[in-house]
Amino acid sequence: MTAFTINGRAVDIDAEPDTPLLWVIREHLKLTGTKFGCGIAQCGACTVHIDGAPTRACVTWLEDVEGRQVTTIEGLSPDASHPLQKAWIAEQVPQCGYCQSGQIMQAAALLESNPSPTREEIIEHMDGNICRCGTYVRIISAIQRAAREA
Amino acid sequence: MTKTAKLHSRTISRRSFLITAGGFGVVVAFGGLPGNALGATVAPAAEGNYHPNAWVSIAADGIVSIMSPASEMGQGIMTTLPLLIAEEMDADWDKVRIVQAPSDADTYGNPGFYGVQLTGGSESTRGYYDLLRLIGAQTRKIIQASAAGMLNVSASELTTEPGRVVHAPSGRSLGYGEVAATGELPDPLPQASEADLKTREEWRYIGRRDIPRVDVPAKVDGTAIYGMDVQLPDMLYGAVLRAPVQGEQPEAIDDTQARAVPGVTQIVPLSYGVGIIGETVEATKRAKDLLNVTWSTSSRIRNYTSRQLLEHYRSVGRDLSQTGVNAFAEGDAEAAIKGAARVIEADYMSDLVYHATMEPMNATALVTGDTVEIWAPTQGPTGTQGFAAVVVGTTPDKVKVNVTLLGGGFGRKAEADFIVDAVSLAKEVEGRPVKVIWSREDDVRHDKFRPLEAQHIQVGLDADGNITSWRHRIVADSIFARTMPDLFKSQGGHDDVVTEGAHFNYAVPAHRIDYIRQDNGLDIGFWFAVGVGYTRFGIECVIDEIAATRGADPLQLRLELLRDQPRARNVIETVARMADWDRERDGRALGIAYSDAFGSHCAQIAEVSLNRQTGEIRVHKVWCAVDPGVAIQPRHIEGMIIVGITNGTSHALFEQINIVDGEVQESNFDTYRVIRMSEAPDIEVAVVPTAGSPVGGMGQVGLPPVGPAIANAVARLTGGVRLRHYPFLPERVLAALNA
Repeated sequence: MTAFTINGRAVDIDAEPDTPLLWVIREHLKLTGTKFGCGIAQCGACTVHIDGAPTRACVTWLEDVEGRQVTTIEGLSPDASHPLQKAWIAEQVPQCGYCQSGQIMQAAALLESNPSPTREEIIEHMDGNICRCGTYVRIISAIQRAAREA
Repeated sequence: MTKTAKLHSRTISRRSFLITAGGFGVVVAFGGLPGNALGATVAPAAEGNYHPNAWVSIAADGIVSIMSPASEMGQGIMTTLPLLIAEEMDADWDKVRIVQAPSDADTYGNPGFYGVQLTGGSESTRGYYDLLRLIGAQTRKIIQASAAGMLNVSASELTTEPGRVVHAPSGRSLGYGEVAATGELPDPLPQASEADLKTREEWRYIGRRDIPRVDVPAKVDGTAIYGMDVQLPDMLYGAVLRAPVQGEQPEAIDDTQARAVPGVTQIVPLSYGVGIIGETVEATKRAKDLLNVTWSTSSRIRNYTSRQLLEHYRSVGRDLSQTGVNAFAEGDAEAAIKGAARVIEADYMSDLVYHATMEPMNATALVTGDTVEIWAPTQGPTGTQGFAAVVVGTTPDKVKVNVTLLGGGFGRKAEADFIVDAVSLAKEVEGRPVKVIWSREDDVRHDKFRPLEAQHIQVGLDADGNITSWRHRIVADSIFARTMPDLFKSQGGHDDVVTEGAHFNYAVPAHRIDYIRQDNGLDIGFWFAVGVGYTRFGIECVIDEIAATRGADPLQLRLELLRDQPRARNVIETVARMADWDRERDGRALGIAYSDAFGSHCAQIAEVSLNRQTGEIRVHKVWCAVDPGVAIQPRHIEGMIIVGITNGTSHALFEQINIVDGEVQESNFDTYRVIRMSEAPDIEVAVVPTAGSPVGGMGQVGLPPVGPAIANAVARLTGGVRLRHYPFLPERVLAALNA
C-alpha cells in the first residue's frame, strides 16, 4: 500500500510500487482529467503537480509519491475558477481538448513562480507540451490573459 | 474534387420535408456538466416529454434538448449543428442542452455524406445544413400549432421570439416550456419547406462571434469524457500485441510469463495478434511486454520500404506510357502540351505521415449474447456497428455505439481496428465491459498513414507565357480500395480521395488528371485534408514556377487565373493587404498559396526565414483569409484555421514515417516529430463570408495552402530554389540549395 495526498484527499493505493502514477490517478482513482498521451514524457498530457512541481505522471512511479501532495486538473480549483481556466474559456483555447489538462497544469506552475511571464518565458516553459490541434497561439494568449487578470 | 458517387445517399427535398415524431435514444454519459457563462451546454440525456421530432425535446421548464449527430473531435461540430436547429426553431440558446445522438443512421445520418453517421471530409456542416434548418423550422411550426390550440387562435397569427410564442393581436405569449407542459402535438405534423426558413437578416445566432463552444468548459476542468476516460462497473482492461509487420500472424505464443502477471485473467489469440485481458491497465501492459510470440514471415508488406518505393513512384509519374485511370479531362491536354511553346515539368512528393491524435486508439465494449454496446471515440458509429457485428456474429442493429468526445480524429478514428480489438476481447468475457488501450508505440506503428505519393505535373505555355494545358499525374496506393471497395470498383479503379484537390478552379483551357494506382499492400488511410494536402502542394508550387518563368508576381498571376471568380479574388486580395504583400522583409520572404477545396476559398501567405548553414526553415507568421460561404461561427472558424495552419506547418517541415522491410521505424513523439510551441507560427485569420453563397466545409480548409506557401516563400528567398518533397527536412533543404 502506498499513501499520498491527491487534491487534498488522503489515499492509500494497493498497486505495485512501480505502477505509473498516471494509471493510478486515472484508473484506480478515476480522476480521468489527467491524460495518457505518450508514456515516455514527450508530450505533457499527463502533467500533474507533485508538491507543486509540474511532473509527468506517466514516468513517475507510485512509490515516488509516498507521503507527497499530488494535484491534478480536478484539484486546481474547486469550481474551474482558476485564472487560467477562466482565460482558457475566454480565449476558446481547446479544440479536441485532450492535451489541455496538461497544458493548464504546466502553465499553472509557471504562473506560481513567475506571475508575469514574457512571451519567450511562456514558450520556453510550455515547449514540452504537445497540442496536436495546434492551439499554441491561443494557449499563449490565454496565459497572458490569466497573468493580466489574476 | 466532388464525390462522384454517394452510397446510400438520401436526397432531401429542398421544397418539402416531413419529419415524423420519433423516439429519443439513450445517450452516452458525458460526465460533469460545467456550463458556459453564455449559451448552451452539454447534457447526458434529453429532458422533457414534448418531442416534436427525433432531434428536439422540450421540458416544462423551457429546457430544449437538441441532438448533435456528428462526432466532436475538436472542430466544434456539437455546437455548430445544434445551433442550426436552435436558430430556425427560435430556441433560447441559454436554455439549450446538447445531447450526443445515438448510433442510428436512418434518423441521424448525414444526408450529404452517404446517409451515414461518419464525421469526415469536412462534410458535416455542408451535409446537414439544409436538413437541420428544416428540422428547426418544422419544430417552430409544431410549437406554434400546439400554442395555437392552447390560445385558441390561428397558428398563422403567431410569431416566435427566442423560447417564446407570441400572439401579437391579443398581447399574449407562451414560453416553450409552457407549450411543452400542456400543449398537444398537432396531427398531422406540419411540414417545413425552404419558404419557412429565416432570411439572413432574421438570423439571431448564425454569424455571431460571441457564442462559445459548448464543449469547452468541460475541457478546462478535467470533466470532459473521451473514449479513454470511460469507466463502467466491473470493467476489465485489454491490450493487444500486434505483429511487427502488417499481415503477419502469430504462429506460436509462449504466454507463460504473461499469464503469471498478477491481475491478468485471459490471453486471447487473435488472427492478427495476441490479446490480453486483466484487472488493471498496468497488468495488461506488463503482460504484453512478457509475451513471446513467433510471427509468420510471409506478409508481402515485408517488401515495403518507403524510401525505395517513393523513388519508384516518381519514375512511374514520369513514365507517360503508364496511363492509369483518368480522373478528369477537359480539352486535349496531351496535344496542347505537345504543341506548347514551353513546358514546365515538375515532380512533387510526400512521405507517409502519421495521425498522432493526442488520444491514442482505445475503445470499450460490452458483449451480452448477440448484443454489443460500445463506447468509443469514433468518427464512424455507423461503420462501427457493422464491424462489431461481424466480430460477434450478429447484425448491426444489435450494436449500440456511444460516441464519446474524441481526443483528435484527423481521419484515424474513422477506422475500426481499435474497436474490433475491444469487441474481440469483450466477446471472451461476456457480460463484462473491456476497455482496450493502445500504447503510443502501437498507435504509431499500426496507424493507417496518409499515402506515400509522387506527382508529375506538366504545364504547357504559349509564347506569351499563358497556360494552354495542365496535366497532373498522381501516383499512390488507394485508400478506397480497402475502405470502400464497392465505390472504388464502381469508379473504375479511381480513388477520388487520393486525388482530391487535383481539380482546381484556375482557368486553364485543357486539363487532365490521371491516377496511376500502385498496390503495395500497406493499409493507408484518411488524414487531415487527405489528398488535398499534397495535390495543392504540387499545384500551388507550380503556379509560382510559372510566375517565375514569366517574371510575374505570383499573387497577380493567381488573380489573373481567377479573373471570373470574385470570391477567390477576394480572399487573395484580402490576405495580400493583411500581410502587406509588396513590402520587402529583411532576411525573410513571403510566399502565397490558395485553395478552393472543400467548398471554401482560402488564401494564405507565409513569412519565412532560412538558416542556410543548417537548412532549417523558420515560419514566422501566416496570414489567412477564408471565405466559407456562410460563417456560422466565425470565431470557431478562426480556431479551425489555426489548427490547419499549425498542423500544416508541422507536416510540411517535420512529419515523416519511414518503413523498412515492412517495419515502421518511428515509435513515439521522440522519433516522430510534431510541431511544438516554439516552432509554431504566429497566425492572423480574416473570415470573409460572401452573402448568398452555399455553406462550405471548414474542418480541413486551413491545412492545404500552408505547405506550398512556405515552399514558395523559400523559393522567393533563395532566388528560385524549389522544395518538392514533404517534409522539408534540413538535409533536403541543403540538398536543394546546393543542387
